[in-house]
Amino acid sequence: MSAFLTELLVPFSYNYMWKAMWVSALVGAVCAFLSCYLMLKGWSLMGDALGHSIVPGVAGAYIIGAPFAAGAFFAGILAALGMAFVKQHSRLREDATIGLVFTTFFALGLLMASLHPTSVSIQTIVLGNILAIADEDAAQVVFIAVVSFAVLLFVWKDLMVTFFDETYAQSIGLRTRTLKIVFFTVLSACTVAALQTVGACLVIALVVTPGATAYLLTDRFSALLFIAVTIGAITSFLGAYLSFFIDGATGGVIVTLQTLLFFAAFYFAPKHGVFASRRKANATKEGSTQKDRTAHKPRALTGSV
Amino acid sequence: MKSSPDRLMHREGPARAASIAVRDLSVTYPNGFTAVRDASFELGPGSICALVGVNGSGKSTIFKAIMGFVRPSTGQVLLCGLPVEKAISKNIVAYVPQSEDVDWNFPVLVEDVVMMGRYGHMNFLRIPSKEDRRKVDEALERVNMTAYRMRQIGELSGGQKKRVFLARALAQEGRIILLDEPFTGIDVTTETAIIELLGELRKAGHLMLVSTHNLGSVPDFCDQVVLLDQTVLAAGPTAETFTQENLERTFGGVLRNFELSGPALHEDDDVRSLNVLTDDERPLVFYGVKSRKENEKQKGKQKGARKDEQAKLK
Repeated sequence: MSAFLTELLVPFSYNYMWKAMWVSALVGAVCAFLSCYLMLKGWSLMGDALGHSIVPGVAGAYIIGAPFAAGAFFAGILAALGMAFVKQHSRLREDATIGLVFTTFFALGLLMASLHPTSVSIQTIVLGNILAIADEDAAQVVFIAVVSFAVLLFVWKDLMVTFFDETYAQSIGLRTRTLKIVFFTVLSACTVAALQTVGACLVIALVVTPGATAYLLTDRFSALLFIAVTIGAITSFLGAYLSFFIDGATGGVIVTLQTLLFFAAFYFAPKHGVFASRRKANATKEGSTQKDRTAHKPRALTGSV
Repeated sequence: MKSSPDRLMHREGPARAASIAVRDLSVTYPNGFTAVRDASFELGPGSICALVGVNGSGKSTIFKAIMGFVRPSTGQVLLCGLPVEKAISKNIVAYVPQSEDVDWNFPVLVEDVVMMGRYGHMNFLRIPSKEDRRKVDEALERVNMTAYRMRQIGELSGGQKKRVFLARALAQEGRIILLDEPFTGIDVTTETAIIELLGELRKAGHLMLVSTHNLGSVPDFCDQVVLLDQTVLAAGPTAETFTQENLERTFGGVLRNFELSGPALHEDDDVRSLNVLTDDERPLVFYGVKSRKENEKQKGKQKGARKDEQAKLK
């Protein structure tokens, strides 16, 4: 028994494991913060788009030997601005705009990688490599995550009003355009950070799943943020820890944990879960006469003729 | 207000009397479409003004200009004597949006929505003070929504949602309140309650600009009317401006117009006639005097009788 416990504590005796767990938790937390806004706005695929869009930046940075976060960040911002630009100056819908821009960027990245196969490791980009992260890369990731988190803590309420009711936000003098630019800048920065922990393909999970899970558990935005961030941090920490034993890719473990939590909420959430809805439906059937009491009268003579 | 009244008022911001001055306003959108041309009207404190016109007549553009969302190509808008941007930063304008613009699935509670009205009064971290919480309580009480304060906003009925947005505007304490189609999609009880509340606000010196399709209720609660069709066709007190003639000019063929007089309405030789103007909202009923031979329009109105008739139509 005690041998088993010792075994469980083994990851903590390695420096690189400590680093991997804490960095993952930080990245998971800040991505979860962003997920609350993304999934509400119907922009979830934006995370996927950005995760793929930064690939040419990463490839370019490897080729010229620049810090890889800088290249990724640059490409990410370029893609985000590109999407905003196309959206604003055309009548294309959001999904078409995103699809158009991110595939262009991703294709460019693949092209660059195939032209320089020796300097670019596609596998690191796509799957992430937090267990083997170099100290200076870890420093970059921590810096990005901490600054992003701080910015979000400052503007989360303004962002909430902007995303809830943009016209009203503008009418009370909030600079909604600036706020959105700040949001997308933070999003691209965090995508870059997440690239290190889970890789380009799974970035989307980090910026969608925690928010989606929390959304099933609460009707209050502040609570939503709290739950999502907690889920993001704990699953990422635990995911990195577990990946030591099962020898699997960290990203896969983290995202699997998050998905398990999502399913738990999906079925067992007290108000919005599947079982709760069923209970409610049954209760209404039994007490349908009571329900009529609260039904609203139809408007008189105001409907269309 | 002795030596320099203007400076004094400036400092006190919200204390200055509510007013909207739209002067020679033209708005041309980037795509070249001119939505409003040379529009002018002035409104003072303690007034409810209806902004009436067909879809595309420039109602929403005028709202946007008042909130500073669009820049006038020519002309200007002054709110309480201040340029728009300054007025917005002083929380002079409170906006009650149309329901379609809002994301109802957003996880916010009723009290959180009303608290948004206080953001302009808070520092940049938006941490509510005791005062802010008290104002929110008061506003909820005033629209009779206190019992619903912990509900998610999407769970409410159309009328209740409207009340919440009204409460947000109250909490914001703007001297000027813009209401965008406040009567669309709500029940009659809420409509009456809103109209009553607007009346109280008018007494307190607020200025309300209401864009509405609901022609029937305009004479009941609006003391001023601005009729729009790209430009201001007519503006002034309801009694003089909201006439059948002006409305026909405003709406052209869009309104259905039923005129009942003579045998269609009476079995005897009664000279009174009935004129119903309606689009898709509540109909507006004019009562006139018209002999069977005479075909000219008469404008004699009997307010009490009209209300009775509307009650019957409901």
